[in-house]
Amino acid sequence: MDQLIHQVLVPVGYIAAIALPLIVAVAMFVYWERKVIGWMHVRMGPNKIGPFGVLQAFADVVKLLLKEVILPSSANRVLYYLAPLLALVPAFAAWAVVPFGEKMVLADVNAGLLYLLAMTSLGVYGIILAGWASNSRYALLGAMRSAAQVISYELAMGLALVCVLVLAGSLNLTDIVHAQAGGKGFFDWFWLPLLPVFVVYFVSGVAETNRAPFDVAEGESEIVAGFHVEYSGSAFAIFFLAEYANMILVSFLASIFFLGGWLSPLQGWIHADAPGWINWIWTGGFAWLLIKAFLMSFLFLWFRATFPRYRYDQIMRLGWKVFIPITIVWVLVAGCMKYFGWVVAGTGV
Amino acid sequence: MSRITDYFKSLLLIELFKGMGLTLRYMFKPKYTVRFPMEHIPRSNRFRGLHALRRYANGEERCIACKLCEAVCPALAITIDSAPREGDGQRRTTRYDIDLFKCIFCGFCEESCPVDSIVETSVMEYHFEQRGQNVVTKAQLLAIGDRFEPEIAAARAQDAPYR
Repeated sequence: MDQLIHQVLVPVGYIAAIALPLIVAVAMFVYWERKVIGWMHVRMGPNKIGPFGVLQAFADVVKLLLKEVILPSSANRVLYYLAPLLALVPAFAAWAVVPFGEKMVLADVNAGLLYLLAMTSLGVYGIILAGWASNSRYALLGAMRSAAQVISYELAMGLALVCVLVLAGSLNLTDIVHAQAGGKGFFDWFWLPLLPVFVVYFVSGVAETNRAPFDVAEGESEIVAGFHVEYSGSAFAIFFLAEYANMILVSFLASIFFLGGWLSPLQGWIHADAPGWINWIWTGGFAWLLIKAFLMSFLFLWFRATFPRYRYDQIMRLGWKVFIPITIVWVLVAGCMKYFGWVVAGTGV
Repeated sequence: MSRITDYFKSLLLIELFKGMGLTLRYMFKPKYTVRFPMEHIPRSNRFRGLHALRRYANGEERCIACKLCEAVCPALAITIDSAPREGDGQRRTTRYDIDLFKCIFCGFCEESCPVDSIVETSVMEYHFEQRGQNVVTKAQLLAIGDRFEPEIAAARAQDAPYR
């Protein structure tokens, strides 16, 4: 009985403690996206349901869940229903290795970074299957575009993370955060020595989640809605959930790899004794990670409101001819930094 | 040389940052949205909306059944029947129908009226729930006139110097 509690119930509790807030965060993020894009278009965004419209996303969820899931007559039944799950599961599974704070991680595995790369790549199978199984030409085109795009940006993203792990000397996400600790505040974080790579990583993350300006996979003006054009009701809601969970994941990962995770930007600058509830400001904690991830996720919305959609060949050109060369060069630069000791990982605190 | 500067400009994403700066500025600007049912944009006193038949201050209806509006109506939306009124024998309408589906809201009926009886009010938020309700009868038009008389009179007074 004791064993059962420790081996099953406690992990399930942890998983619920990550997954349920994540679902709420997705709902609030959808609301925030519509609000921010509205503001940037000099509109107001949703403002009718609940105070300032905060319950809009929940109303949408209820609407989607009450709707019928229509199976196209020529669709492959099994794959059609499997695809949303294949998109959703990796998007949630990747959160297992994300450290939310000191010792606040579900699975403290040493190959965490590899696991993350594997999980984020798996998500594209859901998209490909959705496009193929729904037996619609728009969906198939969207899936093909999405697959090609994800594969090309996966390379740039992986190489960008190689720079991170060269400097950190570890694949464990907690160790990567620890490697960014130091006495120089936020100048100790990896965004400074890896600035171009940071940009490449985040832009690749935007491309990998198929978000504007790289959202040709669902380019409304050309292929209606891309891979999920035949999906309705809760199946569509699951794709939606996966996409936004991935966006939030990329924001968290960018904060962890380049912006010091839960570390405080004032680390090493202020040594004050204060009551516990305010102490996190200089010692670091989950709140800092949340703030950083919030700012990074704001960038997604900002990009979407600002940039027009890239043409397909421009996306490929950017991925293969710009990002990959930059990251390859920076892998060498990072190696030199490490070898000559210009950047020393984890100098204190 | 310009190719080199262009190359670095695009590599440093300068124009993209400019664009993002622009959207960020717009994010904090006051919004143009009018929350329609609660707020309205200003409406001209010459606005031509739903029709109404007016009365004099003593309650006597203005319309004398001259049928000028019926004659001038380019959309043939107005139908008038007339007869001497019981009692004093004055010439009055027995039927005054406006088909709002035909009406093009040109305002000619109001222009042609010698006694300022038929007017177009500034009311534009109305709807029909059943077939046939698009034809407004004399009683309905008089009721609209009674209900909005202060506003109709105010709008006419404002516009009078320019007539």
